[in-house]
Formats: sequence, structure tokens, C-alpha cells
Amino acid sequence: MAPDQPELVEDLLDGKHRALARAITKIENRSPGYREVVSALYPHTGGADVIGITGSPGSGKSTLVDKLAKQYRDQGLTVGVIAVDPSSPFTGGAVLGDRIRMASTATDMDVFFRSMSARGSLGGLSTATADAVKALDAFGKDKVIIETVGAGQNEVDIVKTADTVAVLVPPSSGDDVQMLKAGILEIGDVFVVNKADLEGANRTVTELRNMLDLRDGEEGDWDPEIAETVAESGEGVPDLLETFDDHTTWLDESGRREEKRHTRYAEELRNLLREDASELLEAELEARGGIDELVARIDAGETTPYELADDVVEPVRDALADD
Amino acid sequence: MSEESQQNIRCLVAKVGLDGHDRGAHVITRAFRDAGFEVIYSGLHKAPEEIVQAAVQEDVDVLGISILSGAHNTLVPKIMEGLEEYDAFEDTLVIVGGIIPDEDREGLEEAGVDAIFGPGTPMEETIEFIEDNAPQRD
Ligand SMILES: Nc1nc2c(ncn2[C@@H]2O[C@H](COP(=O)(O)OP(=O)(O)O)[C@@H](O)[C@H]2O)c(=O)[nH]1
Ligand SMILES: [Mg+2]
Repeated sequence: MAPDQPELVEDLLDGKHRALARAITKIENRSPGYREVVSALYPHTGGADVIGITGSPGSGKSTLVDKLAKQYRDQGLTVGVIAVDPSSPFTGGAVLGDRIRMASTATDMDVFFRSMSARGSLGGLSTATADAVKALDAFGKDKVIIETVGAGQNEVDIVKTADTVAVLVPPSSGDDVQMLKAGILEIGDVFVVNKADLEGANRTVTELRNMLDLRDGEEGDWDPEIAETVAESGEGVPDLLETFDDHTTWLDESGRREEKRHTRYAEELRNLLREDASELLEAELEARGGIDELVARIDAGETTPYELADDVVEPVRDALADD
Repeated sequence: MSEESQQNIRCLVAKVGLDGHDRGAHVITRAFRDAGFEVIYSGLHKAPEEIVQAAVQEDVDVLGISILSGAHNTLVPKIMEGLEEYDAFEDTLVIVGGIIPDEDREGLEEAGVDAIFGPGTPMEETIEFIEDNAPQRD
């Protein structure tokens, strides 16, 4: 263990709930030192299966998460949950209410539930989520569940950080099945027709099947499964869990887990570099009197955005070329 | 770096006890949100252990306990003990809203409650108190 490892990390690895909670706050706030924390957690990650749950608001995600957590606990596994609400405003207040549904495991400290707003999105909400997952993973959670509302690219990016992605589709919601075309169809490993107690569930299963058959997969790809659940009563949840386990096994046996991890590391590295570079350039902009000052020169017809960008980046380009 | 870092006051609005109204808690939740706080609302009828669990895991700066049932003398100290057990006592601002008889106030404050707001306290007063007293996190 590195001697300069932050104390927070040591406490987290020691199993202190408070330290875990604090680490996630640091990650969410991008507080000074958060990178050192995530970096020190890194070697301790990789033990958790990460499951992403997405779907339209009200499709029953939180209710299902509660039942999944309960089921895992009954198997003797520990659980972490991150409930992300990307629809909350970037700045200002928000109400986070997913926690209300966590009734089955209330008071069980081996279920660590954390609500996250969109506040982290400036630096990439998916990055913040992925880092929070790392904290739960390093803490020793067997299963980590990410809940997020499905629709836009932001949400797709969030669930993509999971090993197994479940998409909830309520019955007979023609719109929802249509919505799936926009990106989510490609990332779903399991499609869950929740609220299977309601009318139209069978038709939705058929529609989904038809759509999935049209999706052009490659040889050796995972064939997306369709499951039916009644999250409210827990019906179908054991089967769903088995499907998740099947997918986990497939990930290992097919070598896809490693492939996915590789892609994720690459993305992470790129994100960090982008973040760092843009920070350096922002500082340079400030040093040159701020963006407004520069824009005023464009306004005055003295220069163009292209010339200015070239000019600002030049020292960086030169420095990198020297290496 | 500091301009990158993004903080918000995080609050847990908890409703303890068996009385059924959560209209009050909803009003508080919305007022806090409008004041720019991030509010975690955990629902009705919460046991002290659940509130502790939520406050610790969500790492809230402020725990607002709404209580009308009259059981504050047993429930609130239980919550404070739970926070202590998880090292969350020191840096969580705990406020209690509800009908607390004058003779019980001292006991609650001794248990670690930072402020008590009776019915009819203007919402601005509560919000201002939180803004002035919420712990600073690094
Ligand atoms: N009929 C029925 N209602 C459900 C089921 N699962 C969840 N619900 C209800 O759907 C509503 C929204 O659930 P919630 O879990 O909050 O959805 P989320 O927004 O996707 O997280 C709640 O009123 C749940 O009680 C189900 O399987 N059947
Ligand atoms: Mg939800």
C-alpha cells in the first residue's frame, strides 16, 4: 500500500461507511484531491459486478432495484446502489426521491444507497458515476447497481459504464418501444418488461422481440434476453437475476469483460486528458485577459476565432512536439 | 481547480414517527429545493436507524427531522447516537421541526440538535439558519 495513500482511502478500505460516503462526495464535487482518491482506489477495484438499470421515468426502476438488492442480500452478497437523476438541473436545487423505494433493505447497512444529481455533469456525469462505482467496488461490494432515467445520450453514457445493462420497458407503451431505437436498443443486454401484471405485457414482449431480431449483431455477440417482472411483488425477479448471472458468465467466457474494460480505460484516459487540456487552456485564456477580451478583438474585425485558437494552443503544441 | 469544484448544500428531509401527514415535509422539501439545496426525501414513517443510514450514506450536510408525533424525546436521541456510531455526528447540522414543548427543548439540544423550529417558523428563517451553519466540506 502506498504510504502517501489518503487517509480517506485507508478508512474506506477498512470498511468505514462514512469514508465511503465522503469519498463519493469528493468525487461528486470534484473537490481538490478527488483524483488522488480515485487513483488510490483503482488497484482495489474489479471485484464487483456492475449492473445498469435504465428506462423511462415511472417504469419501475427504483422498485426493481429494491427487490434486486433484497435478493442479492438473501444470497449473502453485499450491494451498492447509485441512483442518478440526470434530469435534475445542473445548477440550483433538486429533489432526489429514488431512496423512497428502498423499503426491503431499509436499515441494512450492507446495502449502500447513494443518490446523485446532474450537478456532476460539467465534468461528465458518467465519469462521476463511474468513479463513484469504483469507490463502492473498492469498498468490497459484490454487486453495484446504477439506476438512471433513460432517454438521452447522457444516460446511455452512464449505463454504458456497467457490465450488464437492463432496460425497463413498461407494457403496451408503443412510444417506449419506439424510443428504444434511439441508442438504448444497442446497449441493452436484458430488456425487462416490468409491470407485467398490467395489460399489454405480452404484446410488448412480442414487439421487443421483433425489434431485437432486427438489430444487427455480430457473430458471437450476446443475444439480448427479454424478461418479465412485477417489481412491486418481486415476481420474476429471481429469473431476472439468473439472466444477469448468465450474462456475467458470458462476459467472462467470451473475453468480452476484458474487452469492455479495455475500452473503458481508454475512454477514461481520453476524458482525463481532455479535462486537463481544457483546464490548461482555460488558464491560458485567463492569462490573456479572459475570453471576452479576445472576443472583443474578433468583434472589432482584428482577428478570427481560428487565428486566436491557433495562437492560444501554440505553446502547448510546441511543448508536446519537443518531447 | 476550485472553480471546477461544485458544491451544494445537501439535505435529508426525514419524517419520523407514526403520524401520517407528509404535507409539511413536502412543503419543506420544495422550499429547500427552491433555495438551491439538494434535497433527499426518504418518505414517511421512518425508523431512527433508517434515518441514520440515509444521513450517513448520502453524506448530507443537513439533517432535517420533521416530527409531530410527540415521541421526539426517544426518537431524536436515538438518531443522534446512530450518527455518532458512524462518525457523522460532528459535521452534520441537525435541525428539528415540529411541535416541541418548551421543557423538552433543552434535552434535545443536549442530545446534539443544533436548532429547533416550531410550527409557524417562517421558512426563510430555517433556510437562512442552514445557509449560515451548514458545515464546510473540502
Ligand atoms: N402495477 C405495477 N406497478 C409498479 C410495478 N413496479 C413499480 N410500480 C409502480 O410504478 C411507480 C413508479 O415506480 P418507480 O420504481 O419509482 O419507477 P422509476 O421512476 O422507474 O424509478 C410506483 O408507483 C410503483 O409502485 C409493477 O411491477 N407493477
Ligand atoms: Mg427511480
